[in-house]
Amino acid sequence: MLYFSKLRILFITLFSLLFIVIASSNLIKVDDNFFSKKINLGLDLQGGSYLLLEIDNAPVIEQKLQNLTTTIRNYFKDQNIKINNIKIEDEKIFFNTDDQSKQLIIDVFTDENSDLNPYYPRFKSHQLEIEDTGTNIQVNFSKQGLISLKTSSQDQAIEIVRRRIDEVGTNEPNILKRGNNRILVELPGLDDPMRVKSLLGKTANLTFRFVTSNENDRFGVEKLKYEDGIEEATVSKRIIISGDNLLDAQPQMDTQTNQTIVSFSLDRVGAKRFGKATSTGIGKQLAIVLDGKIISAPVIRDTIASGSGQISGGFTFQSATDLALLLRSGALPAPLDIIEERTVGPDLGQDSINAGMIALALGFLLVIMFMFVKYKIFGLITNVTLIINLFILLGILTLFEATLTLPGIAGIILTVGMAVDANVLIFERIKEELKDEKNNIVAFDSGYTKSRTAIIDANITTLLAAIILFFMGSGPIKGFSVTLGVGIFTTLFSVYFIARLFTSLYVSKNRNKEKLI
Amino acid sequence: MIAFNKYYNHFNFISVLLITCSLALLVFKGLNFGIDFKGGTLIELRSTDTKINVSSLRDKFSQMNLGDVSVKKFGNESDYLVKFENKDNRKDIIEEIKTNLDKSFGNNFNFRRVENVGPKVSAELLKSGVIAISLSLAIMLFYIWIRFEWQFSLGAILALFHDVIVTLGVFSLFSLEINLSIIAAVLTIVGYSMNDTVVIFDRVRENLRKYSDIKIFELTNISINETLSRTIITSVTTLLALIAIYFFGGEILKGFSLAMILGVVFGTYSSIYIANTVLVRLRVSQKTVLREDDNS
Repeated sequence: MLYFSKLRILFITLFSLLFIVIASSNLIKVDDNFFSKKINLGLDLQGGSYLLLEIDNAPVIEQKLQNLTTTIRNYFKDQNIKINNIKIEDEKIFFNTDDQSKQLIIDVFTDENSDLNPYYPRFKSHQLEIEDTGTNIQVNFSKQGLISLKTSSQDQAIEIVRRRIDEVGTNEPNILKRGNNRILVELPGLDDPMRVKSLLGKTANLTFRFVTSNENDRFGVEKLKYEDGIEEATVSKRIIISGDNLLDAQPQMDTQTNQTIVSFSLDRVGAKRFGKATSTGIGKQLAIVLDGKIISAPVIRDTIASGSGQISGGFTFQSATDLALLLRSGALPAPLDIIEERTVGPDLGQDSINAGMIALALGFLLVIMFMFVKYKIFGLITNVTLIINLFILLGILTLFEATLTLPGIAGIILTVGMAVDANVLIFERIKEELKDEKNNIVAFDSGYTKSRTAIIDANITTLLAAIILFFMGSGPIKGFSVTLGVGIFTTLFSVYFIARLFTSLYVSKNRNKEKLI
Repeated sequence: MIAFNKYYNHFNFISVLLITCSLALLVFKGLNFGIDFKGGTLIELRSTDTKINVSSLRDKFSQMNLGDVSVKKFGNESDYLVKFENKDNRKDIIEEIKTNLDKSFGNNFNFRRVENVGPKVSAELLKSGVIAISLSLAIMLFYIWIRFEWQFSLGAILALFHDVIVTLGVFSLFSLEINLSIIAAVLTIVGYSMNDTVVIFDRVRENLRKYSDIKIFELTNISINETLSRTIITSVTTLLALIAIYFFGGEILKGFSLAMILGVVFGTYSSIYIANTVLVRLRVSQKTVLREDDNS
């Protein structure tokens, strides 16, 4: 166990040096791009926001079913099949029909080439399920139908979220899908998390609709509140133009009224519709509705054919800027709930770094002193190994650009405390061997051999715990499991290669010395 | 040589007592779950005005209609930790609090940390925490079952259960907060305690093969003594590192390092006084390990 070939010594030296160089690139600023990798600091250390958003798909499902009832009604009307009492309840469509039509309808829904009910050959499932409950027929989304609906709304939502965050201009945001109805947003070094939260919390569904007094409007009417939450107006459900028709929106100062406004320009279709509505509706009030609330409802005085206009509504410059931003980046397909938020201010992050570094330095110093007092020259060997071990650990974290969190730093300190274990096991074993064995070399050799199973067992148990943490833990905790896990490998390497190399050099020089350890 | 085995019975009694008390505490008093597992909002505030004190701050917060609010000092004189349920999961609650505080105290607060965990997420985190701990215990059981004979597995697992239950018992007794980092600590304790037990068991097995005439009662004592200096040194270095984290690693790591310190102490104790006594009570002998060798 004590013999090292020249080649192996060279290999160990180069390997250790390599990682020391890599690790030190975190400390020294290298101008050229020779080695630009660095350990990433977690949000808890550099400050920033972690937001977990959940898409509320209920309105999407409701809307889809709404559209579907119309489609079903028209489809069977064309086929001369009578259906009646069609209604939506509990995310299901119910309708009645006579007995002879029942089978026909079910056949339409269960046909693999059905126009009404798309079939997914990959999943061997239709989008919709149909069931004859006896009293009526029930249609609802199948499991696959729901999954594809959720995935598509997630795809749309993540795109909109990305656009909104890009508009705010934070550096290196991390936007990821989680499951099929969640989006994870990580925003490092964010100054104003509240602004981003309020931007993400809005659906930004903009519509222009006429205010009406006619309760029997062909498209139906609804009562909507103004932004102040007090005044109400009856608004037609007919949408003149929506946010989809917008090409651009910008905050502006109206020089006449000295108010902040949002000016917008419309696409061709939007401009045409807007022109027509403003020409036929002179004198009427046009309500500008955002997420179910009326921003303002100006009276139309002139035909606007230019395809551009402006929204006023008592904005501050900030709120006008935000509204313009929301309109530019588009509406979310469904409302988003922030179900988890963790924000750390930059000064707390810096404090945590400082505290972590002090704890690391102190823990390191305490362990080193203890080992030196206890084992003298072999303590020194352990300590040098420990330092190299630390550099290799940092080097590996740098190489993989791992994220270092505060618990991660705790993991490194813990590694320092536990890394001596293997050396201690070996040294204690050697001491025992030396009681019966006078030959130093033989005693050292068998000390290494006999302690091996215990060391491997002991490290595997810790590694197993770290692996479980890695897969079950989230965020900062994951950082802990990474440093703890990687620390086990670097510890084993440094004990069996570096410490053993030093030990073998020392022992072969002092092979005849009594009381070597 | 220290006669550890003289006290096997005494300490077995104490262990049973400790576990019973801890279980009673866990069942009747329960754990003080933080917002990670209970849901709610946490704010870490730093005031720049020395005139602001914890009671005036507490009064202000209780007027804000936030449900169950707790306001505590956090580490030093100017830092406060505020926790509340945020039952309706109001989105703009932080902004509201900021406006409220600015109104009463002037613009003197720095929001250093804000955490908000909705009820759905907290339930999921609790579930995954429980799964993680159970899974780690199961995997350790499996590992030791492969490496050792069943008597050893039983001893190791009992020691593990003891460490986890008693550590949680202490957290319950002093109403210390259980959050995500405590779960990480418990898992690390499981790894550490196992590590400690395995080293002694490894020696017991080696000695069982070597001496046919020594009874397990004596043999465990010999093994404990042979590995004692290692047990002490490793515990001491690990504790030194942990103490450094506890005192200098900042408030956020306090709970984590405390749980680890307790775990290391209990883990060291249980390796000696639980794991080994199980071997004695199950009358493990040379035959136990030799039979295994024949099979393989």
